[in-house]
Amino acid sequence: MKRIMLAAVAVTMMLSGIAVSSADGGTLVIATTQKPRHLNPAVQSGIATAVPGTQIFATPVRFDENWNPQPYLAESWAFSDDGLALTLNLRKGATFHDGHPITSKDVAFSIETIKANHPFKTMFGPVEAVDTPDDHPAVLRLSAPHPALLLALSSALGVIIPEHIYGDGQDPKAHPRNSDTVGSGPFKLAEFKPGEHIILEKNENFFLEGYPKLDRIIIKNYKDVTSMVLAMDSGEVDMLPFLAGTRDIARLRKNASIEVTDQGYAAVGPLNWLAFNTKHEIFKDVRVRRAIAYAIDRDFIVNALHGGFSTAATGPVHPGSPFFAPDVESYDLDLAKAAALLDEAGYPAGSDGVRFSVELDYLPAFAEQQKNVAEYLRPQLKKVGIAVQLRASPDFPSWAKRVSSHEFELTMDIVFNWGDPVIGVHRTYVCSNIRQGVIWSNTQSYCNEEVDALLDAAGKEIDQAKRQTLYRQAQQIIVDEVPLAFLNTLPYHTAYNKNKIGNPPLSIWGAMAPLDKVTVQ
Amino acid sequence: MGLIWLIGKRLLYAVALITAVLVLNFSLLHLAPGDPADVIAGEMGGATAELLAEIRALYGLDKPFLVQLGLYLQRAYQGDLGMSFYYNLPVVDLILQRLPATMLLVFTALSFATVGGTVLGVLAARKPGGFTSSMVTLLSLVGYAAPIFWTGLMLIILFGVVIPIFPISGLYNVAKMATGLSRAVDIAHHLVLPSFTLGVVYLALYSRLTRASMLEVMQADYVRTARAKGARERTVYLRHALRNAILPVVTMAGLQFGSLISGAVLVETVFNWPGLGTLVFESVIARDYPTVLGVLFFSATLVIAANLVTDLVYRMIDPRIRLQD
Repeated sequence: MKRIMLAAVAVTMMLSGIAVSSADGGTLVIATTQKPRHLNPAVQSGIATAVPGTQIFATPVRFDENWNPQPYLAESWAFSDDGLALTLNLRKGATFHDGHPITSKDVAFSIETIKANHPFKTMFGPVEAVDTPDDHPAVLRLSAPHPALLLALSSALGVIIPEHIYGDGQDPKAHPRNSDTVGSGPFKLAEFKPGEHIILEKNENFFLEGYPKLDRIIIKNYKDVTSMVLAMDSGEVDMLPFLAGTRDIARLRKNASIEVTDQGYAAVGPLNWLAFNTKHEIFKDVRVRRAIAYAIDRDFIVNALHGGFSTAATGPVHPGSPFFAPDVESYDLDLAKAAALLDEAGYPAGSDGVRFSVELDYLPAFAEQQKNVAEYLRPQLKKVGIAVQLRASPDFPSWAKRVSSHEFELTMDIVFNWGDPVIGVHRTYVCSNIRQGVIWSNTQSYCNEEVDALLDAAGKEIDQAKRQTLYRQAQQIIVDEVPLAFLNTLPYHTAYNKNKIGNPPLSIWGAMAPLDKVTVQ
Repeated sequence: MGLIWLIGKRLLYAVALITAVLVLNFSLLHLAPGDPADVIAGEMGGATAELLAEIRALYGLDKPFLVQLGLYLQRAYQGDLGMSFYYNLPVVDLILQRLPATMLLVFTALSFATVGGTVLGVLAARKPGGFTSSMVTLLSLVGYAAPIFWTGLMLIILFGVVIPIFPISGLYNVAKMATGLSRAVDIAHHLVLPSFTLGVVYLALYSRLTRASMLEVMQADYVRTARAKGARERTVYLRHALRNAILPVVTMAGLQFGSLISGAVLVETVFNWPGLGTLVFESVIARDYPTVLGVLFFSATLVIAANLVTDLVYRMIDPRIRLQD
């Protein structure tokens, strides 16, 4: 009897031992204020759709935290020697959530759909055709070498969608299954309540053996940031990505069970800048733009306004990118130089000390990045004789309308790099992208043929070192000509419960990448 | 006859009113700068001119304003409120998903305010100038003067952070995955703070109304008669006095149903309550015209229905109105 008891105790201990050591199962609750329109990243970019979208849809490759491509749905890949073809070898036996096998036809269909409907046209612009010689290899034929291609085939961008669901002839942008998705990622959609929450359940037949670790992910929508941060602080939620408020970051830092990290935002590469309308009478003179750049104290913005959580931005490329060039004109604060430049440009100070007055647009909804910086710029630029009138827009569409119609003089703006410069950097500077009515096109109307040629060459250069050189040259010219006064990086942080969460998402795409390895205690 | 005539008249009035609400708001929304395509481009982190044109064509935004308005009204009268531009889902589905939460909030707040307000008012009227009366007056003054969002935030800090006994956000705890009775208990628990916040302003108002009205009625001849015939004090208060004194409260409750729904917008935002209020607020920012108009259509209908119900309740309480017909 005693022996049986002991055996029972031993078995129980063993079982409980197994339960503790294996961290499988559990529910991860993610908080966000972002409301996705729907969950199909093939036709909708942006953070809101990408966080759930990359759980539901797998991509051919994924990236680690050092910008290295890793096998995902494709177990291997190879570029042809001339760089004009990329062969993706898909994993055999991988299936969509409804059990249909994933074939090269789905890859071809997905790339065509993205090319035709996704806002980032440059991602698959050079892809002329996708050949499907067999079920598993897919060959992407290019009109020109395209070094950004693997990134475009990674998390958040190049999702593979099932042709048998989305290829029924309906407009993919308004497809009813965009909110009732079938993908092949680690999690499948269980419930989507727009603006409330998304519930994702484990995909038992996920193509990576032993993953995902979690049973369930719940993405909870909050209406305002304060109550979301309170929920994180009180332990109501486990993870809070894309946190940008520096007071909120500082508050959560004080909580002993919460880790707050800035890792995971290298690819999104968010920059905060002051944009000039270079068609405007005053700002078409590069000396005026330089004067303003010299008059702004970036240290003050970063340290005083943002509590040291943002970093100074010096050029068009985010410091987390391999194409970031540090050796550009740094525009260190120099009020005397700014005044001299303005004198030279023909704007002497009047009797009241004012040289000219301008209007600065901003969105008050971005309190720390736009409102506070705009309010700082007003007295700061006054020091060099520029009277700035602030003009707050009531909401995003009002601001977007004004800026995209080029009816502005100065505006605050936040723009993302989106991984590769081809996707998120070129668009702000190339002459061909000076468009009416399109927000985050070249709304500054900046045009320099030399920059165009350098960016074009860099976009097609396969050799990484040569590509970096071309981008460095382009950045030097752009920063020298200041179509934008670069201010700071957005202090995006991820807060997570460190006693509970294992393997937090720290790759270049952060939470916009599969959370298959994440565990909860 | 009188009742059917009343309802018929109200229905005609309702159609005219809803048309006015839709036309006015459709025009106002189109006056706002930017359109859904700009919002969608913003969500996507950028777009191309071609894509924006495609989106506008997809949702009929490329047509002239009057054509859009005409098409919208035509469909609305056929009971089709259209598709949300933002979520690309039928507006009716979105509204029906959110309507129960708002109804629960508004009716709980309304019941709390009318019942609580009446009770406090009657208590206060018993001894004007006494302790209870002063406390009720003080409470109603504070309750009425405090802005809804401030009350909400203070309650969150008090009961969510300092003494954490009530949940401070949402309709229920999604992570709990509760069903049946435990889901109902969870919802009731989540309902406490928002419904109190929304109801307390009206509670204050109704307690003052009842108090004033009771004091006035207690001077009336029929109260003296009731006392003279030997009715118990309780009967005098509840059957003779209150029945007359409560009429203004019913009037106000009916009239204020609309303002209760607009108050719900603030309460829902503060407490992250997934109702129509937050939906309409988000939809205005997203320039999601069909959703905004759909919610206004629903809330206008509700207000009209509430006014009709008020009239009917009135006739139940006050036989004189029935006689007048």
